[in-house]
Amino acid sequence: MSKSSKSERMVDQIWNFFASVKLSVVILLSIAATSIVGTVVPQNENPGLYLNNYGEFLFSVFNALGVFDLYHSGWFRFLMCLLIINLVVCSINRLNATWRIIFPKTPQFQAGRFKNAGSRQEWTMDAPTDRLKNVYESYISGHFSVHRTDATENGFIVYAEKGRWTRLGVYAVHASVILMVIGGLIGSIWGFEGFANIPEGESAGKITLTNQDSEKDLGFLIRCNKFSIALYDSGMPKEYRSSLTILKKDQEMVTQDILVNTPLKVEGVSIFQSSYGKIPGKSFTVKFIENDSEIEYVKKASMGEEIPLPGNSGILVVEDFKASFSFRGVTLENIFLCRLSDASGETENIILPVDFPRFDKMRGGKFIISISDVEYKYYTGLQVSRDPGVPVVYAGFLLMILGCYVTFFMFHQQFCVELSRQGGQTRVTVSGISGKNKPGMLVKTRRFARRLKKTTERPE
Amino acid sequence: MSAKILSYVTFIYGFAFILYLSAWIFKKPLANRLGTGATALAVLGTLTGILFRWVESHQMGIGHAPLSNLYESLVFLSLCIAVISLFVEFKYKLSIIGVVASPLPFLAMAYASLPKVSSEIQPLIPALQSNWLIAHVMTCFVGYAAFAVAFGISILFFLKSSGGDKSSAAMSLVPDLDTLDELTHQMVMFGFLFLSIGIITGSVWANQAWGRYWGWDPKETWSLITWLVYATLLHARMMRGWMGKKIAVLSVIGFLAVIFTYFGVNLLPGLHSYQ
Ligand code: HEM
Repeated sequence: MSKSSKSERMVDQIWNFFASVKLSVVILLSIAATSIVGTVVPQNENPGLYLNNYGEFLFSVFNALGVFDLYHSGWFRFLMCLLIINLVVCSINRLNATWRIIFPKTPQFQAGRFKNAGSRQEWTMDAPTDRLKNVYESYISGHFSVHRTDATENGFIVYAEKGRWTRLGVYAVHASVILMVIGGLIGSIWGFEGFANIPEGESAGKITLTNQDSEKDLGFLIRCNKFSIALYDSGMPKEYRSSLTILKKDQEMVTQDILVNTPLKVEGVSIFQSSYGKIPGKSFTVKFIENDSEIEYVKKASMGEEIPLPGNSGILVVEDFKASFSFRGVTLENIFLCRLSDASGETENIILPVDFPRFDKMRGGKFIISISDVEYKYYTGLQVSRDPGVPVVYAGFLLMILGCYVTFFMFHQQFCVELSRQGGQTRVTVSGISGKNKPGMLVKTRRFARRLKKTTERPE
Repeated sequence: MSAKILSYVTFIYGFAFILYLSAWIFKKPLANRLGTGATALAVLGTLTGILFRWVESHQMGIGHAPLSNLYESLVFLSLCIAVISLFVEFKYKLSIIGVVASPLPFLAMAYASLPKVSSEIQPLIPALQSNWLIAHVMTCFVGYAAFAVAFGISILFFLKSSGGDKSSAAMSLVPDLDTLDELTHQMVMFGFLFLSIGIITGSVWANQAWGRYWGWDPKETWSLITWLVYATLLHARMMRGWMGKKIAVLSVIGFLAVIFTYFGVNLLPGLHSYQ
């Protein structure tokens, strides 16, 4: 055996391996199984959480396998690649073999193929065969693009067919899968997804990218003019609305309200209403009440500022605000997180809930500290993304629906109408076959036969 | 009003099942026709109930199509299953389908009437205020219903193929295995088309509301898993030796995936869970 034929055989074997439906069944089930794992193990969580849940050993195994970010892991991508290769090779293979069958230059009709059709309908007409042939031919030429009449020993055979092209439906379905994967790829290479929290009256030109710790400059500014919530009588949220203005080089480009299902699109970037929150205004009042004397000291202050305690007994810095905060298993609202240093320089972190002014008494310090006169304002949480793959994916969606419909509910139909003289009468035999030999063909043949009968009932 | 109608409907579905079952066991064609009548009545009742509920929501000033929570989806699902099984019964002259298909709408409605499933008419939260919701829920549930009927037919397949006593009178009403296999295939194709449209409309909706058409949240992922199982079934049918029983097994697995997508996913964390 020569070397080249050996390597050719290798190529053939590999080609056939990738062309097999068996492989595709294995791939489809593997993708399904992988996806199951991805829904059981929460994805993209904090590593500490995983370590807690699974222990060190399982953690390192899962981590190595990419289980914590399964859908972006190397081997999930590998499966996707296999699927695409499988699909492309399989389609080329089949198209190669069937293109000429699907689109012959001159359609072949073989009487033999209709001999055993289970759909056969027969009846006898009280009409001369030649006239019947003309009537049927004119009906058939009006309803079928491809037909042919052959003369037989004692009559005629009229062949007719339609829907040959529907055999391409499967290829449309498979092409749609490829389009979707390509669209997804385009999105993951040239697209981005991030978020920005913008307080009312302020603007942002950068977003924080999701699942990455980096920021991205948008090339324009998003200003949040106003955020509002509407509630139903029951207290359920009815509407989240942000009024946004897009600014470029200090020029207002667009102003638009966005709602949860109504994003704003600008320069290929879409801005979605995704969350909201409350933040305190710049300044507020800090109160110190001396524990023994109940004497009140009041100060105006702002976030981050060093606030001396009365009698220079220490320094308070208000560091952060949380709209909700879990404290010893209880969820508290409107919390300021502060750092308190006493005169000797020792610091501790304390929390001050706005709604419970005497909360700090619990600490047992010299002063009960509280914060009041807080003016809240909203910030809007925006999801900002750009995905140039969407049109491709949507094209895939359309093609998938079309392809499935054609594949499942339309089929190549071939009919054969045989007319034979029997004295002055004509014996009519109608049979129909389809590539897939669906039971639907029986229904179609019956209908076709009924219509043919009707054409001869019409007065001429 | 709608709640009352729908609770009567539950009993009619149950009654239809009893009629179909006794028709099968006692070989009484009359009971079968009554079962068909009862199912048709229940279908009309469900439609009326859904319509009333729609009107009631408008009277409450929170008008929306009744397809927005677990209760409403269960009602719609039973409607779809009943309509499809009636369709199969007529189109394929298969009266036996009632025995396996009619318990499903009854179970769905009975589950919907449990106290833990709130039947209150609730207003739509912002994320649900989209016409895509209607398209998405309707197509998904038509798909689920077709898979439910396919499941019923697969059960018939197992009954028939293992029905040791081939001559038994009851089994003679069940069509031959090839017909059952073909019917399963028909139902799966129908369901596959609708599940595909359901996933696609859901995708388009997610893109509009959240800026991503696919986010791997558990409900999305499980609908994909279901879709892959049925895609496997369609392909497995083309491999030699994968007719009949193996296809029926895949159809049962597919339906289990449907049920998990529908109910089980609420056990997992994610955006989608109703309530
Ligand atoms: C997610 C991926 C896929 C989807 C959604 C899909 C969908 C379909 C559908 C709906 C059919 C028609 C089935 C029927 O007529 O009952 C089909 C047929 C077929 N598929 Fe796929 N498929 C996928 C992947 C693949 C892959 C990877 C291969 C690779 C070999 C493949 C090979 C075939 C073949 C050979 C047919 C039969 C075509 C014919 O009847 O001429 N499919 N596919």
